[in-house]
Amino acid sequence: MNIHEYQGKSILKSFGVAIQEGIVADTPEQAVAAAKELTAQTGTSWWVVKAQIHAGGRGKGGGVKLAKSLDDVHEKASAIIGMQLVTPQTGPQGKKVNKVLVAQDVYYPGPSKTAEFYMSVLMNRQTGRNIIMYSTEGGMDIEEVAAKTPHLIFKEEIDPAVGLQPFQTRKIAFNLGLSGNAFKEMTRFVASLYKAYDTIDASMFEINPVLKTSDDKVIAVDAKVNFDENALYRHPDYAAMRDITEEDPTEVEAGEHNLNYVKLDGNVGCMVNGAGLAMATMDIIKLAGGDPANFLDVGGTANAARVEQAFRIILKDLNVKAILVNIFGGIVRCDRVAQGIVDAYKSIGEIPVPIIVRLQGTNAQEAKKIIDESGLKVFSAIQLKEAADLVAQVLKK
Amino acid sequence: MSVLVNKDSKIVVQGFTGNEGTFHATQMIEYGTNVIGGVTPGKGGTTHLDKPVFNTVADAVKHAGANVSIIFVPPSFAADAIMEAAEAGIGLVVCITEGIPTKDMITVKEYLRGKNTRLVGPNCPGVITPEEAKVGIMPGFVFKKGTIGIVSKSGTLTYEAADQVVKAGMGISTAIGIGGDPIIGTTTLEAVQLFMNDPATEGIIMIGEIGGSLEAEAARWIKENNRKPVVGFIAGQTAPPGRRMGHAGAIIGGAEDTAAAKMKIMAECGITVVDSPAVIGQTMAKVLGKVMA
Repeated sequence: MNIHEYQGKSILKSFGVAIQEGIVADTPEQAVAAAKELTAQTGTSWWVVKAQIHAGGRGKGGGVKLAKSLDDVHEKASAIIGMQLVTPQTGPQGKKVNKVLVAQDVYYPGPSKTAEFYMSVLMNRQTGRNIIMYSTEGGMDIEEVAAKTPHLIFKEEIDPAVGLQPFQTRKIAFNLGLSGNAFKEMTRFVASLYKAYDTIDASMFEINPVLKTSDDKVIAVDAKVNFDENALYRHPDYAAMRDITEEDPTEVEAGEHNLNYVKLDGNVGCMVNGAGLAMATMDIIKLAGGDPANFLDVGGTANAARVEQAFRIILKDLNVKAILVNIFGGIVRCDRVAQGIVDAYKSIGEIPVPIIVRLQGTNAQEAKKIIDESGLKVFSAIQLKEAADLVAQVLKK
Repeated sequence: MSVLVNKDSKIVVQGFTGNEGTFHATQMIEYGTNVIGGVTPGKGGTTHLDKPVFNTVADAVKHAGANVSIIFVPPSFAADAIMEAAEAGIGLVVCITEGIPTKDMITVKEYLRGKNTRLVGPNCPGVITPEEAKVGIMPGFVFKKGTIGIVSKSGTLTYEAADQVVKAGMGISTAIGIGGDPIIGTTTLEAVQLFMNDPATEGIIMIGEIGGSLEAEAARWIKENNRKPVVGFIAGQTAPPGRRMGHAGAIIGGAEDTAAAKMKIMAECGITVVDSPAVIGQTMAKVLGKVMA
């Protein structure tokens, strides 16, 4: 689960991580009030107005602006709130901005030069341990840094038996070239950041940039916080931070019915039991000359109600020109699933696109008979190969 | 011969009296698996499905000689169940449970380090040696006895592969569902090594998916040590980056863990890689020089 920058920062702050302070606003008027409040709290004389959407690269798309007066705050907030923000991560259609974070200006002049670093915390799947990944090259796209200057990316692995140790936080601060007060600040920053990650069951933290200010403070200027969804049951307060307006409405609806659905851009919908087989079915659609319109795992109990719900979800996508149902009936009997499909079809009424149903496993022959004798415009198959050929045939018409 | 489980395995079911445990334990017993009983804390001394219920895994080991455990307990208790089985000296723990927090699995992995317990899963269909033991939730009838070893991250895709193998006139020595989570016990490589050392296995089917580097690790080992034909498939050739495809571990994180990247590495390492999941069985038959039935 993703959350917004302002929510991520509030969590980090609650663990003692120093952050760029800010106040969230829904309207330009609230933004101005937030700016005044922020100046009272921090003494900042300029403000940064930052679009709150679940995607990176906001600055590149015009979603982050510096404001030098309260009028300027109003103007920048008016421009950003309600805009369709396009960034390298949103796709060409962009994302609508509903909120802005009015943040303090942290790039003020001072005794030393500012420096931007990169820092993330994540689980290394090869070792099954958490790592802190960091770089002197902050504020940039880390994939680009990894490609061009891999020697500037450092990794620190945390031993789960003892947790993050002070020598590790010192190593990180040294590798980032810090000394004096900034060094101490960085060791504290890293320790609290990891404590937060570990305590809240995060699946990823990405702080880009981590800023060393001109007066040697170390603060998080941005915060990307992802949660391990399997652990959200332990954190109802964080689970409540979910913003469904950031998600695809059809995916949200599918989730409410416990259907695992991911919307894609193609023209052939699919309904499958099991995640691996669902991915494999998407691949088959591609090989047959189509493009998958979705990932959809109906799970172990493919009964009439679930099948009907799944059809309704798939049909919300108007790009869908055909639907491939691929069920390997093991514990669930294929004839039951077939009856479920027939019932669902009748309940929905006319389904405007051809449907290919492939049922294999327990009672596959009986299932095929039920489909074939239903009188519905449904093509049936038992072998996966036959189903693939049927998809290709339907697409040619 | 077979790997991991056979007719002599003595299986204890953790979460025996719950809905899932009861349903699948019944199926396992009907298959002929040697289920010696189960564990449900607080119900020790009673019987369930005509088998004894123990309070602890240690009791099941002491009183019934259990050496394999299968876990059906809910996600919030599953990590604890795995560690309890390891502490009791169980040699093979198969964890079916889906949805265990990653943080719990980091702890489990650390706990198992240096212990003589092999974990399969979590979030997996289990292990089956046809006609001997079904330690999992797979439909037993699909798996006919034979000489092909299957290792897979996915449940239904494993059944699909097994079905194709049987339709192509062959059978399965053992099928291992290793699971689709980011942290799992037995890796693709370890499963492949078991099959390479199993005299009853002639060919290996390796089914992976997007995310992680398990398939690449296995492929590199196969290149150096290969003695048997391997057919491979990677699900998710059409999956977009950054989106989780059902399994918690099925997410493209970079250029290295896409289906295309994995397929390329596997092919370079001498594995026969198929584009379509519909031809896994017939391709295995072809590389083994067997005639299609």
